Formats: sequence, structure tokens, C-alpha cells
Amino acid sequence: MATNLAALLYLAAGVLFILALRGLSSPETSRRGNKLGMLGMAIAIGTTLAFKVEEWDALTLGLIVAGIAIGGIIGAIIARRIPMTAMPQLVAAFHSLVGLAAVLVAAAALYAPQAFGIGTVGGIHTGSLVEMSIGVAIGAITFSGSIVAFTKLQGLVSGAPVSFAGQHILNLALGIAALVLIILFCSSESHALFWALTVLAFVLGILIIIPIGGADMPVVISMLNSYSGWAAAGIGFTLENTALIITGALVGSSGAILSYIMCKGMNRSFFNVILGGFGGESAAAAAGGPAGDRSVKQGSAEDAAFILKNAGSVIIVPGYGMAVAQAQHALKEMAEFLKEEGVKVSYAIHPVAGRMPGHMNVLLAEANVPYDDVFELDDINSQFPNTDVAFVIGANDVTNPAAKSDPSSPIYGMPVLDVASAKTVLFVKRSLGSGYAGVENQLFFKDNTMMLFGDAKKVTEEIVKAM
Amino acid sequence: METAVIDPIIFRLSIFVLAIFVGYYVVWSVTPALHTPLMSVTNAISSVIVVGALVAVGVELVTGEEMVSKILGFAALILASVNIFGGFLVTQRMLAMYRKREKPRSED
Repeated sequence: MATNLAALLYLAAGVLFILALRGLSSPETSRRGNKLGMLGMAIAIGTTLAFKVEEWDALTLGLIVAGIAIGGIIGAIIARRIPMTAMPQLVAAFHSLVGLAAVLVAAAALYAPQAFGIGTVGGIHTGSLVEMSIGVAIGAITFSGSIVAFTKLQGLVSGAPVSFAGQHILNLALGIAALVLIILFCSSESHALFWALTVLAFVLGILIIIPIGGADMPVVISMLNSYSGWAAAGIGFTLENTALIITGALVGSSGAILSYIMCKGMNRSFFNVILGGFGGESAAAAAGGPAGDRSVKQGSAEDAAFILKNAGSVIIVPGYGMAVAQAQHALKEMAEFLKEEGVKVSYAIHPVAGRMPGHMNVLLAEANVPYDDVFELDDINSQFPNTDVAFVIGANDVTNPAAKSDPSSPIYGMPVLDVASAKTVLFVKRSLGSGYAGVENQLFFKDNTMMLFGDAKKVTEEIVKAM
Repeated sequence: METAVIDPIIFRLSIFVLAIFVGYYVVWSVTPALHTPLMSVTNAISSVIVVGALVAVGVELVTGEEMVSKILGFAALILASVNIFGGFLVTQRMLAMYRKREKPRSED
């Protein structure tokens, strides 16, 4: 009876998690959704505590209270202090924790199977061993892969792809070795093989992520999100816990869909991205140095202020450069000023702008930009021809018309924001350097383009001052 | 395979497969503007793995082996707790920032 009740409560937790994701279909319902998610988590934890507490001694209770308190305090402090611009690396770090927790729980189940009801030491059910080994392998890959992603996003290591000869062969060989280890482990329940599998998966996780360049991080983060879900589901099967199985499936498919959306935003296949090595960060050209013999029109902040003030409509196109320079607040100030002058201001967001899905939206929300002024690519692209000024700030490849006109370009076919068809394009950029794809942007050399060289935040502040 | 009893793992597998489909449709309905909160909240909910950590910490000590479990479980409990609190709170902080235009102008 008690077991059935517990199972029903876990099911309820799973349903609440579904509702938490469902709430994200619009900003109005999202806050309530998040609360339902918290409630689901409280039910899951409360159920486990309530049905186990009588078996526990004082040491166990002390450890549980301490563990939740330590983790909870650290988590709460991080959540409060983290700047919004650091969100991609925070999410990567959180993925690594889920991965490592999956590894630890699987190991704990291996050493004390009776506590999990999956057999005895040396006699764990084969099915449980299979679930456990899959969970631990994916968990370990998620952990080390997310650590690499974190160090790249945090700038601790270069974002450039690391590739070497025979890389894919090596990864394939390690992948096959992991499968062999899983089979051997499942037939022997050898602890040594378990740890060998874990270490191998750690190495594999690192090797999978290092060849992927910094600007492909939106795909990497989504992919690791998906992996963390599958790892959780694997452990859920071991624990025979419905909440965990449902959650794992939800998170797994969520990450997979986000990866798909990001790949589509770059017009590249998933395999093309994960095999990596795409366009290393090209050495940025010296600031202001014109490339080749074509000339660009360079403007001052005063010129830009004049053009913006006299425009009827302005579309702002933010990119990763805005995040790096933390220019969102200055940008919002500029937009406010323009609105007071009667200018219609909207924002256009490309799916892969920034380093993670939805990165730009969060930064704009942080700067108090109302979300109904912010539009997705498909919704706003037709507006550019009727727009007086496109204000591109820290974006590059996502505006490159070569994606439509030049079949030889590496980014040909990628959906781009049609800024070139606006009457005037103001391009805020540090230099004439090409984007991560290593492609020169023809937009710089067009007659209706004015370049504003400098740090995104500084330039925007100067424009506001000049207004 | 003579018996008519279905292995319980089949039921769990059914839940799993159906939940993937639920996830598929629910996630496609998430507005792209909220993709970052989606990632942080999925992060938080996948930390429901904490239930496994709790069981591991609660293991009864009979031989030395269980101590390993207890320690591993304790470490997992801390990690999962960081994620639960961090994930939900940072999501809440983000979602609180999304606001509508104060005076809605023409509907278009």
C-alpha cells in the first residue's frame, strides 16, 4: 500500500514537471509553471523522506539535512549573484553537476544494491546492471563534456576548436570500447570494469566537445542538456522511479529539440556540428583597418544619433558582441530615447545569436525591454524593407547577405536577418574582422551601411550622449 | 514466456516512451524567447535524481561496502541540491524580468 502511494506521488511530481515546461509557452504563464516545478520537486523529495525516514538513524538524518543545506545554500547564492551574461556557462556547469550526480548514484547503487531493491552485491539483476551502466556512461560524458563547455564559455581556455589527426577514429574506437565494457560489466558486475567504464566515458566526453568551436556552443549546450536527461532516465530505470523516468524523457527530448532548432538556425546538420572543427576564430583584423581595397563608410556617434533620431522606425539586431560588452542597458536607454522622439523601435533576434538558445532575449529582459517589442527572425524579417534604420550591435554572420546570394560561401543557406534591405544599416563592431564562420560580411561595404567602430557599450553610450 | 505476467520494466519503458512524446510536443510549444529559462528549469527538474542520492545516504551499514555508498550518496545529494535550488531560483529570477509593454499600442 505504502509503496503504491509513493509511486502515485512520484507520478504526480512527474506531471507537475510537465506542467512546468508547459508554462513556458508564454511569459505570463511561465512564473506559475516554475512554481509548479518547485512543488513537484518538493513532492518527490518529501515522498522519499516520508517513506524512508523510519529506517534512518541519526547519522543518516544529519547527513541528509547537511547535504541539502550545503547544496541549497550554494545553489541559492549562485542563483542570486550570477550575472545574466554568464548564463551560458552557468547552465553548462549545472549540466555537469547532473552528470556527476548520475555517476555517483549509479556507483552507490552498485556498492549497496539491497538499499535500492535491485539485488545483492554480486547478484544485481542483469536488467539493472544494463540501466546502471548506460546511466553512468552518459552521466560521465555529460559531466566532462559540460566541464569543457564551461571552460570554453568562461574563457578559461580558448574557444577555438581543437582538432588533431585521427580524432574521429579515436572517438569511434573509444565509443566501441565503452560498449564492450558495458557488455563485460553487465555479465560480471565487476567494480573495476565499472570504474574503467566511468573513466573511459569521462575521456570521451572531453574528446567529443573539444573539437567544437565557441560559436557552436548553442548546439553543445543543448546537446549536453539532452544527455543529462538521458542519464537521469537511465538512473530512473535503476531506481524504478517514475518521476525520474518522466523527467529524464522530458529533458532528453527538450535538449534534442533545442539542438535541432540551433542547427537549423545555422543551416548545418547535427553531425556537421558535433564533428566540429568549423571555422576557427580567425585572427581579428586590426581595429578600423579596411580589408582589401574596398572602402567602408565610417561614422561617428553624432552621425548615428542624427540618423536614428530622424528615422521613423528602427530595428535593433543584437548579437554575442552585445553580451560581451554588456551593452543591453545602454541599448535600452537609447531605445527609450528614440521612443520618446516618436521612433518605432523593435528588436530582431536570430535563433543562434549569442552562446545559448534564448540568450539575447534574457539579456534584453534584464534591461527591461518589454518582450512584445522583441521578435523572432521569421516574424520580423519581412519588416526590414519598410524600416529606416537597422541597428546591428555585436552580430555579424547572422546578417550576412552572402548566405542568400553566394553559393560558395560556407554559410550559404543559413537563414539570415535581412538587414541589408533597410534604408540605412548602422553596424556597431569592434573591427572589420570576419565572424566565426571566417566569412567576410559584404554588408560592410555597401553604400547604405555606416560602420561605428568600437566597443558595443561605449559606442551606444556615446550615441545616447549625442542625442 | 509462458506466463501472462508482463515484466514491470515494460511498464516503465511505456511511461518513458510516452513521456518522450509528451516532452516533444510540450517543448515545441515553448516560445523561443524563453529557451534560456527552459534550459535552466530542465536542469533543475533533472535533479530529481536527488531521490537516488537520498536512498544511497540512507543505506544501512552492515559491512564496509555500504559506507562507500553513503559517501557517494552524500556527495550526490550536495550536487543535486545545488542544482535544485540554483536551477529553480535562477529560472525564477529570469522569468521575473520578462515583462509586457506598459501601454500597449496598436495590435499588430
